[in-house]
Amino acid sequence: MTIRTEPRRSAPTTPARSAPDALVVEPGTLTSGRARTGPLRREGPAKLTGEAKYADDLVFPGAWYGATIRSAEPRARLIGLELDDGFDWSRVVVVTAADIPGVNIVSLISDDQPVLVPVGGEIRHHAEPLALVAAPDREVLRAARRAIVARTERLEPVFDPEASDHVFAHYEVATGDLDAGFATADLVVEGTYRVGHQEQLYIENNAIIAVPREDGGVTVTGSLQCPYYIHKALKRTLRLSDTQAHVVQAETGGGFGGKEEYPSIVALHAALLARACGKPVRMVYDRHEDLSATTKRHPAVVRHRTGVRRDGTLVAQDIEVVMDGGAYCTLTPVVLSRGALHAGGPYRCPNVRIRARATRTNTPPNGAFRGFGAPQVEFAAETQLNRVAEALAISPLEIRRRNVYRIGDATPTGQVLRESVAGEEVLLRAAEAAEFERERERTARARAHASAGGPDGPGGPGGPGGGGGASGRRVATGVGLALGWHGAGFTGSGEVHLASVASIELTGQGAIRILTGSTEMGQGTKTIFPQLVAAELGVTDEAVDIAPQDTAIVPDSGPTVASRTAMVVGGLLVKAARRLRATVEERNPGRSFAEAYADDAAVHGTTRIDQQFEPYPGVEFDDATYRGDAYPAFGWAACTARVEVDLDTGEVAVTDVVAADDIGRVIHPVLAEGQVEGGTLQAVGYATIEEIKLADGRYLNDRLATYIIPTALDAPVITAILVEAPFSGAPHGAKGVGELPMDVGAPAVVAAIHDAMGVWIHELPATPERILTALGVTGTGTVA
Amino acid sequence: MTAFRFLVNGDPVEVAVPGMRRLLDVLREDLGLTGTKEGCGEGECGACSVILDGEVVDACLVPVCQVDGGYVRTVEGLARRQAGERAADAELDELQAAFLRTGGAQCGICTPGMLMAARAYLDAGGGPDEGAIREAIAGNLCRCTGYTKIVEAIALAAGGDR
Repeated sequence: MTIRTEPRRSAPTTPARSAPDALVVEPGTLTSGRARTGPLRREGPAKLTGEAKYADDLVFPGAWYGATIRSAEPRARLIGLELDDGFDWSRVVVVTAADIPGVNIVSLISDDQPVLVPVGGEIRHHAEPLALVAAPDREVLRAARRAIVARTERLEPVFDPEASDHVFAHYEVATGDLDAGFATADLVVEGTYRVGHQEQLYIENNAIIAVPREDGGVTVTGSLQCPYYIHKALKRTLRLSDTQAHVVQAETGGGFGGKEEYPSIVALHAALLARACGKPVRMVYDRHEDLSATTKRHPAVVRHRTGVRRDGTLVAQDIEVVMDGGAYCTLTPVVLSRGALHAGGPYRCPNVRIRARATRTNTPPNGAFRGFGAPQVEFAAETQLNRVAEALAISPLEIRRRNVYRIGDATPTGQVLRESVAGEEVLLRAAEAAEFERERERTARARAHASAGGPDGPGGPGGPGGGGGASGRRVATGVGLALGWHGAGFTGSGEVHLASVASIELTGQGAIRILTGSTEMGQGTKTIFPQLVAAELGVTDEAVDIAPQDTAIVPDSGPTVASRTAMVVGGLLVKAARRLRATVEERNPGRSFAEAYADDAAVHGTTRIDQQFEPYPGVEFDDATYRGDAYPAFGWAACTARVEVDLDTGEVAVTDVVAADDIGRVIHPVLAEGQVEGGTLQAVGYATIEEIKLADGRYLNDRLATYIIPTALDAPVITAILVEAPFSGAPHGAKGVGELPMDVGAPAVVAAIHDAMGVWIHELPATPERILTALGVTGTGTVA
Repeated sequence: MTAFRFLVNGDPVEVAVPGMRRLLDVLREDLGLTGTKEGCGEGECGACSVILDGEVVDACLVPVCQVDGGYVRTVEGLARRQAGERAADAELDELQAAFLRTGGAQCGICTPGMLMAARAYLDAGGGPDEGAIREAIAGNLCRCTGYTKIVEAIALAAGGDR
C-alpha cells in the first residue's frame, strides 16, 4: 500500500505540442494497479510559453485603473473624507459607502465587514478600505489618491487576542473524565506554544478587472479560487440578478487560501468603480498593498496539559486554543473549528478536553491559508508530545507508535475510525526512509562527545549536535520527527450544506465536456478531472474537454478549498461519468461508450449529467454538540527533518526532509508529489523564517524585501513518499492532498533544532534570536 | 521622448517612451509580451527575469534606456515557432519540455522567469549539478513546488542522469 517514487531517470521527451503526450512513470513504483501513468499538465504548454493569460495580462480596451483609499489607523471613527479642492475631480470617479446600491457587507459567515467603511462608522484595522477611486491613467490616479484625506477620531485599539472580549466563535470538544485521567498519570507535562501570522505569498498578487454589462450587471475576471463566492457577493452588494453578476477565473498564479475570500472584496471594489465610470476597471494590487491588506494565517496561543503513563500511553489531554481572528469574522469560526478538532493530534486518548476560542483584535482580518487552523495546533501538539517523550526517555518514534490511531479507535468527538487509517504506516515509512533512529543515535553520540569536552566540545567545531560544517562554520546537526492528520473535505456537515454539483456533457457535436466551478491554481484540477472522467468512459484524456470556470457556464461545485477538489468534486465527476457511460451504452446495445458516443451524440443531441453531492454513507455529525464524524475521512502525514544550526548566529538550515503522506488513492503521482513538496516547503518557511512583525496594528514587513520566503538555496532536499489508504466513500478512493503536508513540517523542524541544540522552541518561527535566547533559559515544562 | 531600438527574441523593435520606463512595462504593455510577469516590482521575486545580452536581469529594475542596442530574450522566444503560430502550439525547447515532464510548473506565474534564469544557466554551460542549479535560480521565488521538480527539470535539460 506504499508508493515510493524516486526521481525519474530519463532523457528529455519529444517536445509536446498543444495536446501533451502521456507521462510515463517508471513501472514498478506503484502497487495499486492504477495510475501508473498520468497525463501531462493540461495547461502546461500555455504556462511554459507565456501564452497563459493571468488577470494582469488581459487587455480591456479603454479600461481605467482603480485604487483603494485605506485607513492609516488600527481603530478610529471615520468623521469624513475630504477631497482637495485643488484637484480636478471631473477627471476621475470616487466611490464611497454612500454609493453602494445594495448591502454594504462582504461576508461568508457573519455580517460584520463593510465593503467600505461609511462616514460615521468605525475603522477596525489598519489598511481598511474607506473609499475607491478610478482614473483613465496611472498618473492621474496617483494624484487623485493623494488628494483624498480621511478625517478620523482615534479609538483605543485591542491587540491581544487573549484580552479581547469580543469572541467570534468558541468550541468545546470533550470525552471521558479529565480528572480521573490525570489521576492515573505517572507524569504530567505542561506547555504553551505560540504561532504568528503567515502570508500565503502567491507570486501573483490579487488582481480583478470589472467590465460593465449591457444588462446593467458586471463581468469580473480575475485571480480567484471561488467564483461562486464572488458571484454571491456581487449580487448582494450591487443588487444584481444571477445573470447580471458574472464571474470568470483568469489563469491564477497561486492561491493557498489567500484567494478564497479576499477576491470578493477586490471584485466588489472593481465592480463599484466600473459601475461609477461606465468603463472597465482594473484593480491590480502591487505586492505592498497585497501584503499589508489581505488575509493571513491566524496567530494562535495553544496550551497543553498532558497526562501520560510511564510506558508512554496518553491518559489525559487538556488543551486550550486561542486564535486571533483580526478585525472581522471572515472564515474564523471554521478555521477555529478545524483547529479544535485537530488539536489533540492523531492519538488515542480516553480523557480529552479541548477548549477553543477566537477573538477580535484591531489587526487586518485573518483568513484561509493551506491547513486552515490545523498547522497551528499540530505544531503545538507535536512539540508537546516530543517533550513528553523526552521526559519519559522514550524515542519520538516509539511514543507515536504506541499512541497513534488505529482502525476502531475513537476521536474526541466520538468518531470511530472505521477505515482509511494510515498514521502508523506514514510514520514508519518516513522514519525508515530518513533512517531516523540511526540518525538520532548519531546526533546523540555527537552531543555526548561534545559535552565530554573533546576538541569538538560545545562551541567547538563539531558543536553539541556534532558534525563540523564546511568552510569553518560551527554547526550542530539534529533530526526531528512529527506526525499529523488532516480531515478531508469540509468540516462536519459542511459538504451536505454545500450540496455541490458537477456536470458532464456529451454535446450534440460529440464533444465530452466537464463542467465544474473548481478552479486551477497550480494543483492540477484541469489535469486530473479529465483523467478521472476519461478512465471511467474508456476514452483518451485528450477526448475530454474542461469548460472554463465561468459562472455563466459551469454549476456551483462548491469552493476550491479544504483539499476537497480531488476527493469531493472528483468523486462527483466519477459518478457522473459512470451515469453518462451507462446512458450511452444502454442506447447503443453491444457497443462500448468509446465506440458509440460520436454516433449517439449525432442521434440524441446533447446529453448532460448533473451530479449532486450525496452524504457519505454512515457519516453523521451534530453541529450543535460537536459529536460524531467530524470528517468523512482523514489524511495522514509524517515528516522528518534534518537541520544544521549555526552555533554563532543561531541560524537554521533545514537540509533534508522526508514527507510521507497518505492521500487515499493516488490519481496522478507527479502532481500529488508536487503538492507534498510545495506544502512541505511552506511549512519549513513557517518554522524558520516567515514572520510578520506588527507595530500599532500595522504589518511592518509588508514588502517582499522584508517578508522572506525560502529560495531554492534555503529549501531542503525533499523526499516525498505517497501512501495509499483508500477512502471507500469516494468512488475513486481519493482523499485530499493539498493541506496535509503543511501540518507536520514545522514541528519536525523544531524537534530537529532541539536534537541539535537541546532547547525547545515554543514559538514559531524558530528565528536565530529565539534559539539564542532559548539557549540561555530552561524549558517551561513542569514534571509532576 | 527618445526612440530606443533593440532586439527582442531576434526581432528588431523600436519604442518611443521615456527612458526611465521599466523594461517590464515596455515588454508587457508596449510590445504585448505578457509572458514576463510582475510579482513584486522591486527585484525580489524574479518573476520578471529576462535575459539581457546574455545576463539574467529583473525587467522591473531595468530602465529601457539601458536596453538601447541590446538583445532581450523572453519566455516567448524559447519555443521553436513557425511564422504566425501561437506560442502554445510551438515546439517546446528541451528546457520547457523538461519542466512539463517533471511537473516543474504548477501555478505557472514564476515559470517564465524561472525558465529564463535556467536558460541563461544552461547557455553558460551549466550542468546537472544540483547545488549549481539551486544557485542559478536563487533569485527566482516559487511558492508552489518546493523547487524539487524545478531543479529536476533543469538537471534533465542539462543532460543529467538525475
